[in-house]
Amino acid sequence: MAETMLAADGTPLKRSLARALRRQKLRALALIAPLLIFVLITFIVPIASMLFRSVENEIVQNTLPYTVQELASWDAATGEVPDEPVFEAMYFDMFIAAEAKRHTRLGTRLNYEQTGLSSLFRQSGRKLDDLGKDIQKPLEKLNSDWKDGETWYAIFNGAPADTALLATQRARVAALTDNPTEGDVNFAPRADIAQLLPKTARAYTAWAVFEATQDGRDPATRDPWEALPVALATDLQTADLSAYSGPGADLLRAAQSADLPTPDFTAAFTDMDEDWATIIPWQTIQTHSSTYTGGYFLNAVDAQKTPEGIAWQPDDKQILLKLFGRTIWMSLLITFSCIALGYPVAWLLANLPMRKANMLLILVLLPFWTSLLVRTSAWKVMLQQQGVINDVLVWIGLVDDANRLIMINNQFGTIVAMTHILLPFMILPMYSVMQTIQPSYLRAAKSLGATNWTAFWRVYFPQSVPGIGAGSILVFILAIGYYITPEIVGGTKGVFISNRIAYHISSSLNWGLAAALGSILLAAVLVLYWAYDKIVGIDNVKLG
Amino acid sequence: MADTATDQAFVEFERVQKSYDGEILVVKDLNLSMPKGEFLTMLGPSGSGKTTCLMMLAGFETATHGDIRLGGTSINNIPPHKRGIGMVFQNYALFPHMTVAENLSFPLEVRKIGKSEREEKIMRALGMVQMQDFAGRRPAQLSGGQQQRIALARALVFEPELVLMDEPLGALDKQLRETLQFEITRLAHDLGITTVYVTHDQTEALTMSDRVAVFDDGRIQQLAPPDQLYEEPQNSFVAQFIGENNTLLGVIEKIKGDTCEVRLDDGSIIDAKPINVTEVGQRTRVSIRPERVEMDKSRLNPDAHTLKAEVLEFIYMGDIFRTRLRVAGNDDFVIKTRNAPDQVRLTPGTQIDIGWMPNDCRALDA
Repeated sequence: MAETMLAADGTPLKRSLARALRRQKLRALALIAPLLIFVLITFIVPIASMLFRSVENEIVQNTLPYTVQELASWDAATGEVPDEPVFEAMYFDMFIAAEAKRHTRLGTRLNYEQTGLSSLFRQSGRKLDDLGKDIQKPLEKLNSDWKDGETWYAIFNGAPADTALLATQRARVAALTDNPTEGDVNFAPRADIAQLLPKTARAYTAWAVFEATQDGRDPATRDPWEALPVALATDLQTADLSAYSGPGADLLRAAQSADLPTPDFTAAFTDMDEDWATIIPWQTIQTHSSTYTGGYFLNAVDAQKTPEGIAWQPDDKQILLKLFGRTIWMSLLITFSCIALGYPVAWLLANLPMRKANMLLILVLLPFWTSLLVRTSAWKVMLQQQGVINDVLVWIGLVDDANRLIMINNQFGTIVAMTHILLPFMILPMYSVMQTIQPSYLRAAKSLGATNWTAFWRVYFPQSVPGIGAGSILVFILAIGYYITPEIVGGTKGVFISNRIAYHISSSLNWGLAAALGSILLAAVLVLYWAYDKIVGIDNVKLG
Repeated sequence: MADTATDQAFVEFERVQKSYDGEILVVKDLNLSMPKGEFLTMLGPSGSGKTTCLMMLAGFETATHGDIRLGGTSINNIPPHKRGIGMVFQNYALFPHMTVAENLSFPLEVRKIGKSEREEKIMRALGMVQMQDFAGRRPAQLSGGQQQRIALARALVFEPELVLMDEPLGALDKQLRETLQFEITRLAHDLGITTVYVTHDQTEALTMSDRVAVFDDGRIQQLAPPDQLYEEPQNSFVAQFIGENNTLLGVIEKIKGDTCEVRLDDGSIIDAKPINVTEVGQRTRVSIRPERVEMDKSRLNPDAHTLKAEVLEFIYMGDIFRTRLRVAGNDDFVIKTRNAPDQVRLTPGTQIDIGWMPNDCRALDA
């Protein structure tokens, strides 16, 4: 019973069929491959990476790795400013970030959540050196060898190396700068000194990696940053040098026994800016320190993530939900005006003799041959207060010269111009559907006793609905993401969410928010598409 | 051919003309009168004006000139939906977005007929075409024949007095067509509906109709019951168009009452019945049906003229034999004989004599 069918050569029929089909499939795939690759590279990958930005939040983690670590155990609810170790970690994180000029970017990022942090970070970055100088000077006074980079290099470089430390710092600098840190750095932290002076060794390694990979300089001959004396002074307070006999042992012992100033990081930060003495910046860093965040999406719907949880933005900052609502509402209006204006035209096209229909079709398509920008600008000329339409109305006497109609830089202007621009996308699918409706249906309806209107409404219209559906989906989806036309004729009241996205992409540079807004827009379109499929059925959509 | 309007005329065309472009008349001077209950077929080649006539009657085209009357009142200015004429279309024109029942309900709804009465009428109409079980289906789920039955039921459901059918069986295969031909005629007669049927299929016209109007060149060439049309064509177009026909060309030699002698182009003389020839010396096209040609001399009049013929081809067709002959220089002269036990089967090359009764040989216009 279960005997398999065999092909003429004895192989199972199913397998030979599959082989025969596979060649066809491969050929089909080869034919679409160029386009597929092109779309993948130029369209899908960029969109995916853009959308990824809407949740990506590595910048805090990358810029302030040790601060984030120290802050983890801090509880903002106490209302107390974090302890000295947090300030200390912050100092070293900020220092290298400032050298890499990354602290301002972090400031900008945190400023989306908490106004004022941008300037706090920018100004603090400039003042970081002060603390270093307070310690560097006494140290160099003690022994001028400390001025010399080679002294430092001799102390920290050598075998056996602490490769783990080197690897961590390579990764850290790479994450901070977005640049690769592979390759020879001509430096390896010696294991014994790394254990003895952990903070200094860490700071020195980070510096050496930075110098070698980012600036292309040899750390052996370069003088280290001001942060290193600070780190050394911190380490020397607790280090037990009695057993140490490696390079610079005398120098280190001398420095330990000398009365170097103790670095007070809390005071240093408070000096830089009093805001550091409040919990606000720390709270913000802690709240937004996770690698992935829903914060951009919350921002996109006028909410924000606060230490207490999710909350609405202050009233004066709530514009995006309104903008979403307006975008959908106006897109619907545009879709409906396209249906109202396009339906009769499509009907005429479908019922005229071929030659006349082709002529009319050319008129419908004519706008496609003109640049979008030109068409939109033409509407500007038409609609403005000193424009053609107002002039004509005033000339006829319908409108008083003093009360010229305001038809542009508002919603009216956007709706008029976009209806005009999107009309062909409505007419063409409707036309192609109406072409398939035979005139005998109307005749049959009339012969059965229906008036012209009943025949149209009960017989012709239901059959043309798939065309309306296809046109509506097309127009609505195009409208909801339209940018140029609202930008030019929309003023402030007629702009769409896409204009806001463009603003965040090119002006405020808040790409995370732009990506979140774009994702929501995409999701909205997909939901509408799905809903349409449920209600009307996507099989009923005919585009040609 | 002009039928004069009689008292019982139900549908009347009087001097109707139609032109689409103002230069060519598609329908030239159409006069037609139909009594109630008649099944009339408009038969003709495409472009002969028959469909235009139907459309004028239905109200989808307006007559350029003349008067169309229905039940004695002129309907020239009545829009189609007020004429109350049922219509069946060639492509069925069933509304694809409605079920069968909804399709049938449509003419009743626009007439504001109550729901229960509507349902009753729908079921009755579906019963007439044996389609009761298909009320919930959509037209796309039905076969061509089923769709045409539904179209028929829809045209009948509101009980019109006049039903127009525009080549309703054109898209169906032969067997189905024959079944439906029979059903349509039966329904039309049972219900006493006046029917105007348009077709270009002469068999359909002959088998179904009470009378057939043969159209050509915008005119009715002949309007007659099927037997009369077949046996007594009034001109050579009708003779050629209806059924198979042998033609011989010649000149009138002698006319005597209802017989005449025709000298064929090869010089031989034959007997014929003058139909629309009037004078000696006139060119004529003589027409003889293949089954009326006689090979047995004993069955002809003693003084009948005969012709020499050579058998060219013998075709066995089951119920009949079809023999092609060369007669008077015409290679396409066909005779049909019944497949009877004693019937001779002629072999090609045989020389025979053929003749016919003068009544069966009609001398028509050339």
